[in-house]
Amino acid sequence: MAFGPYLLLALMEGLVKAAVLALTAVGLSLVFGVMRVVNVAHGAFFMLGAVLAYTVAQYIPGPAALGWLAALVIAPMIVAAIAAAADTLVLKRLNYDPEATIVATIGLLYILEQAALSFFGPDARPVEAPFTLRLQLPWFGFSGYKLFVILAAIAILLAVWWFMTRTRAGLVMRATQVDRQTARAFGIDVDRVYAGVFALGAALAAIAAVLLVPISQSHYLMGGDPLLLSFIVVIIGGLGSLRGTVVAALIIGISDGVISMFYSPTLAKIIATAAVAMVLVFRPQGLFGARA
Amino acid sequence: MKSVALHLGVLVLLVVAQFLLPSYHANNLSRILVLAVFAMGYNIAFGYSGLLSLGHALLFAAGMYGAGMLVHHAGTAALLALLIGTLAGGIMATLVGLLALRTAGVSFMIVTLMFAQVGFLTILYFNGVTGGDEGIALTAPERQFIGLDLTQDAPRFWVALVLFVIALAANLALVRSRFGRVMLAMRENEERSRMLGFNPYVVKLQILVISGLFSGAAGAAYALLFGYIGGSFASVQYSILPMLYVLLGGAATVLGPLLGAGLMFYLIDFASGLTSAYLMVVGAALVALVLFAPKGILGTIRERWLPWLP
Repeated sequence: MAFGPYLLLALMEGLVKAAVLALTAVGLSLVFGVMRVVNVAHGAFFMLGAVLAYTVAQYIPGPAALGWLAALVIAPMIVAAIAAAADTLVLKRLNYDPEATIVATIGLLYILEQAALSFFGPDARPVEAPFTLRLQLPWFGFSGYKLFVILAAIAILLAVWWFMTRTRAGLVMRATQVDRQTARAFGIDVDRVYAGVFALGAALAAIAAVLLVPISQSHYLMGGDPLLLSFIVVIIGGLGSLRGTVVAALIIGISDGVISMFYSPTLAKIIATAAVAMVLVFRPQGLFGARA
Repeated sequence: MKSVALHLGVLVLLVVAQFLLPSYHANNLSRILVLAVFAMGYNIAFGYSGLLSLGHALLFAAGMYGAGMLVHHAGTAALLALLIGTLAGGIMATLVGLLALRTAGVSFMIVTLMFAQVGFLTILYFNGVTGGDEGIALTAPERQFIGLDLTQDAPRFWVALVLFVIALAANLALVRSRFGRVMLAMRENEERSRMLGFNPYVVKLQILVISGLFSGAAGAAYALLFGYIGGSFASVQYSILPMLYVLLGGAATVLGPLLGAGLMFYLIDFASGLTSAYLMVVGAALVALVLFAPKGILGTIRERWLPWLP
C-alpha cells in the first residue's frame, strides 16, 4: 500500500480512537468541572461498561444487534447507579476534599477491577458488532461499524452539549459549577446535583466502552489506558472546559493513532505522557482553557 | 526521653521476633522492614509536609535499578551499589521535584503520577537492559554484602534491620530538628512560612530529596535482599502502597509506616489465603481509612492518649 492511503487508514483509525476518547474524557471533565473531583476510578467505570456489555449481550437471544442495543441501554444505567451510590456513600461523606477523594477513588478502582475479575474472569471477550457492513475504498476496506462509532459519538456529544446548555438540569449543573454556595441559597439540592453529575460522567465512560467493545474486546484491566488518555485530554483541553476537551481528544486520538501505526506504541505513550506532564507544569490552565 | 525508650523498645521487639518466629514469618519481617523504610520516605513528604505524591514508585525504582543493574551488569560490590542506589533515589527526586514542585495540590499528584508512568514505560521500552516486565533475577555471587550472604535468611534480616535502624534514627532526628518544624509549617500554612522568610519551593525540594533518599535506599535494599528487579516495582501500585501504609499506620508519625506496612502486609497475606481477590482488600482498606480513620492508627492514638508521640 502506498504512503497516502496508509496515512488515510491511520487517520481513520485515529478518528475512531478520538471519538471514543472524547466521550470518555468529557465524562471525566464534567465531573472535574462541576464537582472539582479527580475521579481516578473513571477508567474502571469504562471497563465496567465493556464487561457489562458482554454480560448483557450474552443473555439476550436473537440477532447480535438486539443484544448490543440492550447493552447500550442497560450497561450505562448500571454503571451510573454504581457511580451515584459511590458518590452518596463515600465521596459526599468526605466533603469532596480533593486529596481524600483521590485516595477513595483509587480504592474504588481496585474494588471495581477486582469485582470484574472475580465475576467476569481474566479472559478478554469479544462482543459481536450489531452489523457487519464493509466499506470498500479503492485501497482498503474499512469497517462500517467504525464509521458508525464516529457518528454515534458526535451525536452523543451534541446531546450532552444540548443537555448542558438548553435544559433546566444542565443549567442547575452549571450554576453549581460556578458557585456552590449561591446555588444552594437558590434552593438547588447540591447533593443531588453532585450525585447526578458523577453518574452522568460514569455513564458517558460506559457508553464509550459499549461503542468500543465490538471493535476491541472487554477485559477487566482495560480501564488503564482510557484513564491515562482521558487525563491527558482533560489537562490539555483545560480542566473543566468541555469544548477544549473535545478538541484535545481529536488531537490526542488522531496523533495516537498515527504515531502508533508508524512507531512503537510504548514510545508514543512515553512521549505523550511526558509532554502532558510538561503542559501541567508550565501551562496549568491547559492549552485552550482560560484561568480556572 | 519517653520517645527514645519507645523506639528502642520496638527495635528490641523486632530482634526478639526474628529469633522466635518461624522462618516464613522472619522472612516476611525483613520484607516489611524494607517496605517500612520506603513508607517512611513517603511519610516525610506526605505526612509531615503535605506533599501528596502519586509517583514514589519512580524513586523506589530508581534505587532498585540503580543498585540492581550495577551489580548485575557491572559487577559492582553490593555495599557500593546500595549507596549509589540511595543516591539515585535522591537524584531522581531532585529531577522530579524541580519540575513537579512548580505545581501544587491536585496538579502535583497528576504530574508525579505521570512522571512515574514515563519511568515505568521507559523501563519496559528498554527491556534489553532492564529485563522489562519479566525483570532480572540477581544471582547469588551478586548478592554478597560485605561478606554476608544475602541469599540466607539470617544475614538478610540483619541487613534489613540495620537499614531500618538507620532510617528510623534519621527520621526521628529529622522531625525533632528545626527543619522538621519547617516541614510542618509548610504543610499547615505555606503562605505564612513564606512570610517568615522560608522559600517554599526550596524547602519542598529539600524535603522531596530526603524522601527520595529513603525511597532509593529501600528500593536498592529490596533488589539486593530479595534478588529480583522488575518493571512491576515501578508501576502505579508501588506508588499507592506506601501511601496506604502511611494512612493506615498514621501520617506524620515515626512508627506509623512500620505499623502500617506490617499490618497491610499480613492483611494481604491473610486475604490471599482466603480469596484471590487481594486487591479488593487494598481497595476496601483505602476507602475505609479515608472515611473512618483519616489519621490512621497512631495518629488517632496520639490525638486521644499520647500527645508526645513523635
